[in-house]
Amino acid sequence: MAVLRRLLYSQKAAPYLFIAPFVITLLAFWLVPLARTFMLSTQEVVFGQAAFIGLDNYQRLWEDRLFWKAMFNSARYMVLTIALLIPIPLVLAAAINSKIGSERVKAVFKASMFVPALTSVVVAGVIFRLMFAESGTGLMNQIVGVFGLDPVRWLRIDTGGLIALLALAMWRWTGVNILYFLAGMQAIPEEYYEAATIDGAGKVQQFFHITLPNLKPTIVYVTTISIYGGLAMFLESFMLYRGNASPNDQGLTVIGYLYRRGIEQNDLGFASAVGVVLLVVIMTINLTFLTLSGTFKKESAR
Amino acid sequence: MSAEPMSAGRATRTRIQLPYWLHGTVQTTLLLILTLVVLAPLLIMFVATFQDGNDVIRRGLSLKIDVDSLSLDNYVMLFTDSGPYFRWFANSIFLTVVQVAGTLLVSSFVAYGFAVYDFKGKTALFIAVLLLMAVPFEIMMLPLYVLVNDVGLADSYSVIVLPFLAAAVTIFYFRQYFLGIPKDLLEAGRMDGATEFGIFFKIVVPVAKPAFAAMAILNGMIIWNNFLWPLLVLRSESKFTLPIGLNTLLTPHENNYELLIIGSLFSLLPVLVLFLLFQRFFVAGMTAGALKG
Repeated sequence: MAVLRRLLYSQKAAPYLFIAPFVITLLAFWLVPLARTFMLSTQEVVFGQAAFIGLDNYQRLWEDRLFWKAMFNSARYMVLTIALLIPIPLVLAAAINSKIGSERVKAVFKASMFVPALTSVVVAGVIFRLMFAESGTGLMNQIVGVFGLDPVRWLRIDTGGLIALLALAMWRWTGVNILYFLAGMQAIPEEYYEAATIDGAGKVQQFFHITLPNLKPTIVYVTTISIYGGLAMFLESFMLYRGNASPNDQGLTVIGYLYRRGIEQNDLGFASAVGVVLLVVIMTINLTFLTLSGTFKKESAR
Repeated sequence: MSAEPMSAGRATRTRIQLPYWLHGTVQTTLLLILTLVVLAPLLIMFVATFQDGNDVIRRGLSLKIDVDSLSLDNYVMLFTDSGPYFRWFANSIFLTVVQVAGTLLVSSFVAYGFAVYDFKGKTALFIAVLLLMAVPFEIMMLPLYVLVNDVGLADSYSVIVLPFLAAAVTIFYFRQYFLGIPKDLLEAGRMDGATEFGIFFKIVVPVAKPAFAAMAILNGMIIWNNFLWPLLVLRSESKFTLPIGLNTLLTPHENNYELLIIGSLFSLLPVLVLFLLFQRFFVAGMTAGALKG
């Protein structure tokens, strides 16, 4: 009892008790499983029997056409979501942050943009699958029809599927990114803009010379999460194509391929190699990006 | 926003100026149109709940609506003959409540350790928190799946909950919040003879209520919508959560498209109601990952 009492009052012991759950989580659910993934990726696992085969899985991966297709699909999705989901929410956030227009409409707009983020990927996927239906009566084909075009078999063709995926991503995440940028904009001191106005800078100039530079930390953050979110995309495609198979594998992503090989086909060694490669790619891109954008420099200067 | 390129520079001064009030009107109109566009998928889905399910699946969500075909049949079906749907609903509520409570408790506990104490290995462990924030779960799914199968715990809620109680983003957010609590307040507690844990529960938790609200919302939303991990772990229909159950309806064999459509929309209801009531906590929670200052 006395030991317990001492422990409860000790400022030396307390921190270890507080962070113990994290240390256990880190070990049991991250480090050990990750270490096993590295090990599995050098093994061939057949009926639970593992045999060491060195880098053979990586060799197979390198020569695997489907892996590169999945990699290409994921990279393309990442680049395009970043190209869409940063500039557009930025401009919309600037519109909300401007002093013109109806405040009530802006509040309704902000809340409405956020609503899609409340939907699960299952619900959102079902809705978009039905909107991009093949039949001429589907919503997207009705819209296309307004411009006098023939119905498109959206999910059967590569570009159509890509458009559906990007539309789904934009629908769900534009509102969230607006909130990020808005929070960043509201932290910029009003005096900067007043000074710029006195110097004769127009609204557009102010946006490029005051708003953008001051938003850099927010933009860096949103880009970072978009990089890994884009490269790790899987469920959106899984729901849109109603499963992990799509025509000509046009919707196959790296994680989709990992899922297929590891969980559907139980080829744990090969799937682990896919996971290791993706982890290395994501970490490399993120660390490179954060270094180039000077984030680390600022951290150490603080 | 006017659309001049940046390079227009000084030349922009000579542009034709729209009257000030017109700027506002143009912007307001555009925002209203966008609001409609964003809400349209949900509104059309809502209309589809009054239509024949097989018809909707065959024809897609459509703006062309046959008014005569609308009926309340699907709603009657939902409340009288929807099979396991409300079982899934109850499971989702149970799992969300338990996991949110557990995550808040454990993560705030860990965050407090990082925020107020100095100890050996603190920097390294905190870097680990930041790194975990940048590793997508999708990469961990296979290693965790292998682990769960090895220990034979598949199809149980404990595997869904346990690995995520110490959640990196939540820890990070709480730590930032706790850093702002004056040290004097904690000292005062020690003077009164409270244990380190007494201080946490009696002084820190009450002060940090807004942080708990924001994190409850963020985690509640994530867990309510959680799909990938439960999809891998859960096997028996009686344990399914809403997203898992709804996903099984998306097969042609079940012929249960009415339930898929109305059930999907109905599953949104709790989140939507909470959002309308506590919007500001949603905003604080969703932007939790962003570094402040």
